[in-house]
Amino acid sequence: MSDLGLQGETAPPMRNGEMVFEAPWQNRLFGIAQAMCEQGFFDQDTFRVYLIRAIAQWEAEHLGRTDQVYAYFDCFQVALTQLLHDTALIDANALAHRELELKARPHGHDHNHDHNHNHGHGHGHGHGHDH
Amino acid sequence: MSDQPSPQSLRTEAIETLLIEKNLLTSAAIDTVLTTFSEQVGPMNGAKLVARAWVDARFKARLLEDATTIVQEYGFEGGQVDKLIVKACTESVHHVVVCTLCSCYPWAVLGLPPRWYKDPGYRSRIVREPRKVLTEMGLSLPETTSIKVWDSSAEIRYMVLPLRPAGTEALDETALAELITRDAMIGVAAIETPS
Repeated sequence: MSDLGLQGETAPPMRNGEMVFEAPWQNRLFGIAQAMCEQGFFDQDTFRVYLIRAIAQWEAEHLGRTDQVYAYFDCFQVALTQLLHDTALIDANALAHRELELKARPHGHDHNHDHNHNHGHGHGHGHGHDH
Repeated sequence: MSDQPSPQSLRTEAIETLLIEKNLLTSAAIDTVLTTFSEQVGPMNGAKLVARAWVDARFKARLLEDATTIVQEYGFEGGQVDKLIVKACTESVHHVVVCTLCSCYPWAVLGLPPRWYKDPGYRSRIVREPRKVLTEMGLSLPETTSIKVWDSSAEIRYMVLPLRPAGTEALDETALAELITRDAMIGVAAIETPS
């Protein structure tokens, strides 16, 4: 079971309601993608194609490596970023510029999703679209 | 540790703020989605269906025949159930669900999928060696019980109707529903007899 991560810290819970979001940004990212999907900017099947591609790429890059924790939400983020770019909803340069702006904020700024949001880590993680 | 947010956190915030500035999205819309999935959608929806099927043979027959319509009748929120198929476990056949390509999952009845459901190891191994994986997850099935693995897709989602445990004859539908776990409805656990 070494490569499946079903024991120890990542063991499946014995009761419903497992918290599977490991960081608030994952929860938020899921919410963004789902909200965009519900509002018709893209459909779940399209997102699913992007997610499958991102997961396949991650798996190819980590083939045979057991020291890497499966980074599902990293894949999710790659998929959403690419989809938003391909649909011209977000420009890559604008995104990079915004990231620099956010990174340059004063230390301790009330910025970080990792600190100041309480978006309900529900059970399950999600991703939405089934992707 | 630095207080600096992770690159992933920064990117998520960058995406959100840009979409909001372009009036494509609001924070409230995101909050609504997250609230829905954390509070209104969950495995208890599936548990209600299972408990009802345990006490009502006609309902069980309908559930196995056309679960999609029943989910619509119940008005469960959460989408992602264009077509839902329920597979009933018996003493001779056990069912388990996976999505080998990604993580298709019947949200409306089971809520958000557990982390291990998306794990590449689960997705590949449950198909190749289901008995071994189930044993590792704590479910040891008799050799006489065959195992069927159902691969979900964007079009078809599966849910497992687990066996009703012995010793629950006196329980009503509500009490039965409380026994039913998400993992049992994926097919990686059995329902325990209440102590």
